[in-house]
Amino acid sequence: MRSTLSVLVENHPGVLARVAGLFSRRGYNIDSLSVSRTEDPTISRMTIVVEGDEVVLDQVAKQLRKLVDVIRVRDITNEPHVDRELILIKVNAESSRRGEIIQIVEIFRGRIVDVGETACIVEVTGDEGKINAIENALRPFGIIELVRTGKVAMQRGSQTVLVED
Amino acid sequence: MLTGGQILIECLKNEGVDTIFGYPGGAVLPIYDALYDADIRHILTRHEQGAAHAADGYARATGRPGVCMATSGPGATNLVTGLATAYMDSVPIVALTGQVPTSLLGKDSFQEADITGITMPITKHNYLVRDVNDLPRIVKEAFYIATTGRPGPVLIDVPRDVSGSKTEYRDPGPIGLRGYMPRLAGEPAKIAAAAKAIAKARRPVIYAGGGVINSGAAEQLRKLAETIMAPVVVTLMGLGGFPADHPLYLGMPGMHGSKYANYAVSECDLLLAIGVRFDDRVTGKVETFAPHATIIHIDIDQAELGKNVPVDIAIAGDVRTVLVDLLKLLRGAPDPAWHEKIRQWKKEYPLVYEKKGMRPQQVIREIADVVGDRPVRITTEVGQNQMWTAQHFPFTRPRSFISSGGLGTMGFGLPAAIGVQVACPDELVFDIAGDGSIQMNIQELATAVNYELPVNVAILNNGYLGMVRQWQELFYNRRYSQTELKNPDFVRLAEAYGAEGIRVEKVAEIRPALEQAIASSRPVMLDFIIEREENVMPMVPPGESISKMLG
Repeated sequence: MRSTLSVLVENHPGVLARVAGLFSRRGYNIDSLSVSRTEDPTISRMTIVVEGDEVVLDQVAKQLRKLVDVIRVRDITNEPHVDRELILIKVNAESSRRGEIIQIVEIFRGRIVDVGETACIVEVTGDEGKINAIENALRPFGIIELVRTGKVAMQRGSQTVLVED
Repeated sequence: MLTGGQILIECLKNEGVDTIFGYPGGAVLPIYDALYDADIRHILTRHEQGAAHAADGYARATGRPGVCMATSGPGATNLVTGLATAYMDSVPIVALTGQVPTSLLGKDSFQEADITGITMPITKHNYLVRDVNDLPRIVKEAFYIATTGRPGPVLIDVPRDVSGSKTEYRDPGPIGLRGYMPRLAGEPAKIAAAAKAIAKARRPVIYAGGGVINSGAAEQLRKLAETIMAPVVVTLMGLGGFPADHPLYLGMPGMHGSKYANYAVSECDLLLAIGVRFDDRVTGKVETFAPHATIIHIDIDQAELGKNVPVDIAIAGDVRTVLVDLLKLLRGAPDPAWHEKIRQWKKEYPLVYEKKGMRPQQVIREIADVVGDRPVRITTEVGQNQMWTAQHFPFTRPRSFISSGGLGTMGFGLPAAIGVQVACPDELVFDIAGDGSIQMNIQELATAVNYELPVNVAILNNGYLGMVRQWQELFYNRRYSQTELKNPDFVRLAEAYGAEGIRVEKVAEIRPALEQAIASSRPVMLDFIIEREENVMPMVPPGESISKMLG
């Protein structure tokens, strides 16, 4: 089972180490983790995708809540939410094949953000399925380098994960 | 204007700290300079590990936070075992460490160690103070975090320039920790569900642990047991939380528990787990632990609920608060058949030991006898000495048994006894030790002599690392690999430190030696030469069901 946790933490030095340390010492599997400041500069939001059975996922949330610097933990997997990843792919792009690449990128509503003599960088955002799909679509051209952000997520509608909740 | 060191001392006084266990060094000089004029007692241990264990003993005996202090680098890393010990057993400690100046942080400077990084997994929380103006807030938070919720150690790392720089002392105001808000009360619906389950039970057993002691719930536990007439098994950490002389007391469950305690847990239809964490030493094979029981679990730490064993009714909350609420809903429903069965088990499988020769169990029972009604606190080391003490010393009040349960730290007992004696100057203090463990922090005998703390160390000397030897005997075909000890002469060693030493080789000498030790105003080391290959029995082999005991 895979869960998406939206986690608010104090924007202190060392908080990421506390969270990462917790996962590693208790043997939890992080699928992805992304962290950044929020609209409140004293607070960071982590989106953590974690893999495990029900007991493990329950423990992950509880152990996270025990950290003094962790303010809120919410499993939003089963709540309506938007999730996105961003991927940058540097792909072989001889001038003869650029047309094909541009077509694929358009289908995925991505962008070409850099063009060199033999390669270009493609940027795409989307949910995990879409990101995987573009990666597969560009593979035949020869992927030189790839980086993805990991998932960020937010609940739909008026639902929130805020300090006041 | 005050220095950071002076501000720190002010903050400690505001928290009611009367004693610090510590060891000075370069990075804590500004703090020790401030301490020189302060109205706080400082106990100079002979090793920083001793300071941490002494603060731990002080905290376990009083329920108030223990404070220890060490310098940067090796001073700080020497606290690590002590902090891990306190963390595993939920003991409130505030540890202060010096650190290299902020300008040298991260540069592999002399005596630099990343102690906040190192202690992250073994403290409840920790701080690196980067600005002297943060110091009052951090100290206040540290004490709050250490002592509330599930207690635990908190470390504050203070760089030398922070403790040395001057600023105006300002009260930090109220604590505003939005990520830490411990709740005391349990959910009423769950408490009602628990009451209902208890009313239905025919064969209830209470399984009580350290949470009872931490929350001060011994009285409520006794009321609960008497109301529903449920026998009580008590974990190592819970000993003293329920009186050993009570008719409903069944002793310890688990690996070295009594047979009747393990049978009762294995056959009960309701297990009321209170302030416990279903440690593997208690449960044995988890799949067959309390197989017929509806399990109710009350604990302050939400993360303990369902961690090791699935539970039917989980109540997160302070044990005492929850028990007070639960007691309002309960009426007695004793089942005579269940009690008859337990009586039979007790008769059939009593905790026995061989009476011929110098038996450690007898030494422990004689300590209890000689002490009589005088208030006594017992610390132990770790191994056979600890298990025999847990089995044979009748603890009747909370905080009278002080031992490293979770981490199992050899070398804990003597420094802990020093902390206990500092906290309880009018009580008798015994460290029941093994000849192996005692040598792990024997240097603290100098501390005891230095501060005229009349702790008594009873070494159960079998010339072995006894518990390891026992496992080698039982599971490794008696191949005693590296477990035999060639020991120093403990009597002369004690005398060299300025303590008293008494060797006891005959049963008839046990009592007079104990009487002499108790009468002495000095620290006394008793060297009991016991049967060499005595085992701790009964025993559940590792990984086995607790209903299947040896011995």
